[in-house]
Amino acid sequence: MSIKHGLLALLERGPMYGYQLRAAFEESTGGSWPLNIGQVYTTLSRLERDELVRPLPRSEEGQRPYQITDAGRADLASWFATPVSRGDRPRDELAIKLALALTTPGVDVGAVVQTQRSATMRTLQEYTRLKARADQPADLAWRLVLDAMLFQAEAEVRWLDHCEASLVRHGPQGPSRRRARLAGQPSTEVPTEVTT
Amino acid sequence: MTIMELREVWRVHGSGETAVQALRGVTLTVEEGELVAVMGPSGSGKSTLLNLAGGLDRPTRGEVVVDGTALGGCSRQALAALRRRRVGYVFQDLNLLASLTAAENVALPLELDGAGVRRARRLALAALAEVDLDGYGPRFPDELSGGQQQRVAIARALVGPRRLVLADEPTGALDSQTGEAVLRLLRSRVDAGAAGVLVTHEARHAAWADRVVFLRDGAVVDTSGPLDQPDALLAPPGRAR
Repeated sequence: MSIKHGLLALLERGPMYGYQLRAAFEESTGGSWPLNIGQVYTTLSRLERDELVRPLPRSEEGQRPYQITDAGRADLASWFATPVSRGDRPRDELAIKLALALTTPGVDVGAVVQTQRSATMRTLQEYTRLKARADQPADLAWRLVLDAMLFQAEAEVRWLDHCEASLVRHGPQGPSRRRARLAGQPSTEVPTEVTT
Repeated sequence: MTIMELREVWRVHGSGETAVQALRGVTLTVEEGELVAVMGPSGSGKSTLLNLAGGLDRPTRGEVVVDGTALGGCSRQALAALRRRRVGYVFQDLNLLASLTAAENVALPLELDGAGVRRARRLALAALAEVDLDGYGPRFPDELSGGQQQRVAIARALVGPRRLVLADEPTGALDSQTGEAVLRLLRSRVDAGAAGVLVTHEARHAAWADRVVFLRDGAVVDTSGPLDQPDALLAPPGRAR
């Protein structure tokens, strides 16, 4: 997701100036993505350079509204038509942390899993609390954004449950042994402490 | 005010080498207005905990206190009376009686406890209204949707003066929207002055609770409570983490 397409989508509603765009952007993301006004103007000037928006004459109050161009509409339509690729998202730090915990001697993997589960559960509780508050039909866009965050947190807890069940079945040292074998080391012993 | 308390509760099934320690020294308090979720894999002791909390089972060691009454000193008759008067259950299988109407199902625990028919009926209709089933009293369970049946079960669990509701996977067979409505309802009934224990393996459902207790092999390994500032979560991901 880029700020660029967010602003284009908002301008499709009608011309707006910088502060209006910022307010509308934050409103439509339920405040989950605050923008500073500098980001809005930088993005607008890039959009103007690429001829996706055009500035309109200043208002009497001195504000300069922007309008989406036909090229901007085409760009926006193509953005909506293109699925978001999972590969474009940031790497999953948690999955990498778990993988490293498994292969690093002396790490209590079960504790890493539980610490994360407890924290993610807490997040899930708070999202649910916000959801319990937001039950006006007018809040539909916001509720769906909140649901996205809820589902992601829930998926994380489910994955952690899965990790724990796998740990119970295979033991935390499994991957280390395999790694050792793959590396051509004869021993199946896994050191319990890091020696330097 | 504490509605339910487990103090260092142990429950061992069988004896000798085949003994199974279903619960190992669990301490848990549930206050008025509080919904506590219990999560854990199968066999972690969730259902045992719920059975002990509701006086359906007795601990091997430790004490269970419900509404100020220590269950250890209770006779079987006294326990049965306590279950009728103070504790409500919502199970995955609804356990509604098919041959009774919604109102009769809800009135049943009161009538079993000796309440007059008219008083029981009045309280039952009020309990149905509280779960948004005003006017559904004369319907039979098979004339109600799954979500409505589960709401009848919640009305029955909290009819009359009962203030402790114990729920075991109460959204079992319901679709996610209906299941959420059931939890929303449970939440609002607890907020209105009851106390609840919710056993579930679904994080999404446990998230309606004030606290989430994680059970492993019969022991509490962790408890998650809510943050003080829910809105703090709405900072952008880059800044929040």
